[in-house]
Amino acid sequence: MSELDWLVQLTGIAIALAAAPMFLGWVNQCRAWLQNKSAPHILQPYRGIRKLFHKDALIAENASRLFRLAPYIVFGAMVTAAAIIPSIATRLPFTQAADAIALVGLLATARVFVSLAAMDVGTAFGTLGARREMMIGFLAEPALLVVIFVASLTFTTTALPLIAERLSAQSFSLNPSLAFTAVAFTMVLLAENARIPVDNPATHLELTMIHEALLLEYSARHLALMEWAAALKLFNYACIGFAVFLPWGIATSHAPLNLALAVLLLSVKLLLAGAGLALIETLSAKLRVFRAPEFLATAFLFAVLGLLVRLLLGA
Amino acid sequence: MIATPLTVCLLLLGAWCVIGIAGLLRPMSIGFVGRTLFPLGALCGTALAAVAVAGLDLPAEQLTLPVGLPDLPVHLRLDALSRVFLLLLGAASTGISIFAAGYFRKGEGTAPGLMCVQYHLFLASMGCVLIADDAYAFMLAWETMALSSYFLVTTQHRIAEIRRAGFLYLLIAHLGAIAILLCFGVLQGGSWHFTFDAMRAARLDPLWAMIAFCLALLGFGAKAGLVPLHVWLPEAHPAAPSPVSALMSGVMLKTALYGMIRVSFDLLGQPIWWWGLLPLALGLLSALYGVVFAAAQTDMKRLLAYSSIENLGIIFTGLGLAIVFAGVDMRAAAALTLIAVMYHAMNHSFMKSLLFLGTGAVLHSTGERNLGHLGGLIHRMPWVAWLTLIGALAIAGLPPLNGFVSEWLLLQSFLFAPKVPHAFVNMLLPLGAALIALAAALAGYVMVKFFGVIFLGQPREPSLRKAHDAGIAERIGLAWLALGCVLLGLLPTHFIALFGVVTRQLGVGGLPPSDAPWWLLLPIPERQSSYAPLVFFAVIAIVVVLSIYGVRLFYHQRVRRGAAWDCGFGRLNSRMQDTAEGFGQPIRHLFQPFFAIVRELPSPFDSAPKYRLEIGDRIWAGLYLPLGVLVRFAADRVAWLQQGRISTYLLYSFVTLVVLLALAL
Repeated sequence: MSELDWLVQLTGIAIALAAAPMFLGWVNQCRAWLQNKSAPHILQPYRGIRKLFHKDALIAENASRLFRLAPYIVFGAMVTAAAIIPSIATRLPFTQAADAIALVGLLATARVFVSLAAMDVGTAFGTLGARREMMIGFLAEPALLVVIFVASLTFTTTALPLIAERLSAQSFSLNPSLAFTAVAFTMVLLAENARIPVDNPATHLELTMIHEALLLEYSARHLALMEWAAALKLFNYACIGFAVFLPWGIATSHAPLNLALAVLLLSVKLLLAGAGLALIETLSAKLRVFRAPEFLATAFLFAVLGLLVRLLLGA
Repeated sequence: MIATPLTVCLLLLGAWCVIGIAGLLRPMSIGFVGRTLFPLGALCGTALAAVAVAGLDLPAEQLTLPVGLPDLPVHLRLDALSRVFLLLLGAASTGISIFAAGYFRKGEGTAPGLMCVQYHLFLASMGCVLIADDAYAFMLAWETMALSSYFLVTTQHRIAEIRRAGFLYLLIAHLGAIAILLCFGVLQGGSWHFTFDAMRAARLDPLWAMIAFCLALLGFGAKAGLVPLHVWLPEAHPAAPSPVSALMSGVMLKTALYGMIRVSFDLLGQPIWWWGLLPLALGLLSALYGVVFAAAQTDMKRLLAYSSIENLGIIFTGLGLAIVFAGVDMRAAAALTLIAVMYHAMNHSFMKSLLFLGTGAVLHSTGERNLGHLGGLIHRMPWVAWLTLIGALAIAGLPPLNGFVSEWLLLQSFLFAPKVPHAFVNMLLPLGAALIALAAALAGYVMVKFFGVIFLGQPREPSLRKAHDAGIAERIGLAWLALGCVLLGLLPTHFIALFGVVTRQLGVGGLPPSDAPWWLLLPIPERQSSYAPLVFFAVIAIVVVLSIYGVRLFYHQRVRRGAAWDCGFGRLNSRMQDTAEGFGQPIRHLFQPFFAIVRELPSPFDSAPKYRLEIGDRIWAGLYLPLGVLVRFAADRVAWLQQGRISTYLLYSFVTLVVLLALAL
């Protein structure tokens, strides 16, 4: 591994860290436009995070050390995930250390810590949120794994960069198994990132929310890290989607021109994905919490269907 | 006698027996039994693990001891498979024995000295199961194991429920033992020699081989708690004192896996591929069934017992898959799967023992087993809480701990399934991976419930504020097991090399050679699927540390403590937290068909409203109760023979003699 590889790796992480809140801002902006509202500035999430860092942390009397450590662990997990996912280049030094299954495990680790931290203070909302988050998680995680499994069967590896590389070497064609799994993946993305129809990122109505209930007791820098991690999670999921379904344009070598092109194409993909996400959120209504498992069971079944189609048709 | 590894193992097992019997010298003395004998037992465990692992790639070693009945010497054999399971026994029991040294207190059922005998006999008999090389020795050790653990389960025999649990355990253990006995009967293949060597040499025709396999699955499946033979497990494991629960869940269940591997890969020779589908299907069912029930439990030890059913289900799923691969001669895949199976067994013995011991410490400190009366213990018992957290994260299959490694290996081996040259089967097998993923994700749910309800939040009872942390011996025991979880998680290639020796010695074949560095797990080089837990962990740790220091560097560190947000309604109290029932509610709701639920809701006009919820097992009502009725019916009919008059019995003897004479002529 040369210095250039490490440089590209670090650049990828830096892009993820820097661009994630902006991606969130872009989704919010698109949604506001679609809903005929005046949009917040695209940099609004940065301002929020900056403001939170400056505040005094207010921690519940009952909180243990786990509560204070969790935001750092969650943030660390999301940054590590950003290092694993090939966003601009596939030949990265760190990607060997963890494949797609490890990535799913890493996301699960973050979820478990968020939930444990929410239970730590011992309020009704925290435990309620933890329960719901884990409920969403235990259905979304296998669906995501099956999605990855289908891609792994197609390309006989679970290494995400290799999947991206091998798919991008093919010409674009509508692969039936990948089409099914793409639907499943989109549903998982919506559920895992607390978007409509599973959760509403804009609401603070306690009885319906999931993500906000988990973070209710957090303030200041801890909340800032949690929010940043949430933005990173959305960004990561988008990049997983690109790697598995739309890798074209990703740099398979570290020639400067390829990298520049990859960054450009990544921005275009993100802009389109953000607009698409906003469109889905505008067109659908939030489900009751107990319809969420049905939504995710559908996602799981779509993924399994994709698996069966893959095995039956070999495509 | 020459000091070969086998004789040393035998001496160590003998030492366990001696330590046990020494407990009878001063049976009531906690100081002598607890502070002296149990640590000695732990030392023997460590030595056993060291001896087992030291010469792992030596060829198998045999020994014939002229003890027992005349002309029936005891055959012993130490090969790589035995060594790996002895390592598991020794390493896990070390932690458990150290914990037990500080655990047993005065006034708990059986006298500590007696308990010490049973405990060490239990350990020694498990060791004997692993080195037995003929059916007699195996059955003798197997039955000693069942009986000694039965007495350990019924330590608190004054409680009717515990006696009932013990009876159920003994009953199913013996059903299983009969099946194993019959299995050996089939395996000797007409030679009437019951040494394992004779069984290896015997050529069975496919029908008899299949019958032997099914009997073995029945017998060892009963010990492993596979659905539908699982009913004893959630009763017996919680009834025992925590170190014993840990030993039963962590180690004893693995002897079932050992037996199954021994029979299907060693004694039967080449297994036929479709046999594997049976353990695969039962394993998947058990995995899902166990984890769903675990999510609905309110007793912490029952929750863990159901989680053991789940894990043994995962193990047997892998075993089935390995048999399928071995049957169709996909050697690398079979080796990988078998390694994943043994890895998971090793992992489970550490993490489940850790969790059971954690509950033991909680039980001692609070006297509560019901999750509904616990909470907030992380403040009062930080050692137990943080060490248990490691176990909980490990068993939830989260990287970089050990549970993830074996799940990763198992999922990797499922990726070979489409290559199985049998239509439909190769399409259905990958769905097994989807179910394993579901079970693993549910295990995460269960563990958040387990840890969150016990250790986090506010104490649900005022008495919990007086809880105290575990003593020094208990802490060391927990830390030993937690260390095992971490090492198994971070250094997978070393352990895989150990298990690879076993697969090669069993004739399954090994993993393809790879030139990957020691820190990189790359089981099948051509697939390029890799995982490097050390690097992975280091990166997370670096980011965490950097973000902590980054935040400190750029911003202030001011912290204020305040009351939790109560929406302006006044003081929150601990009753407002989610309960264990509440946490399990989504699972009950989603998997309703699994449960037999009895629920009594209060009416709005009750002055003293009561809410009752009972979660039953459909298999108990659907299978065991009718079976019980049937047995009782048959027994009643047979009881007609018992006339109670001596002349009738003499008549029976006379008729029998006449019939025998007639047959002899």
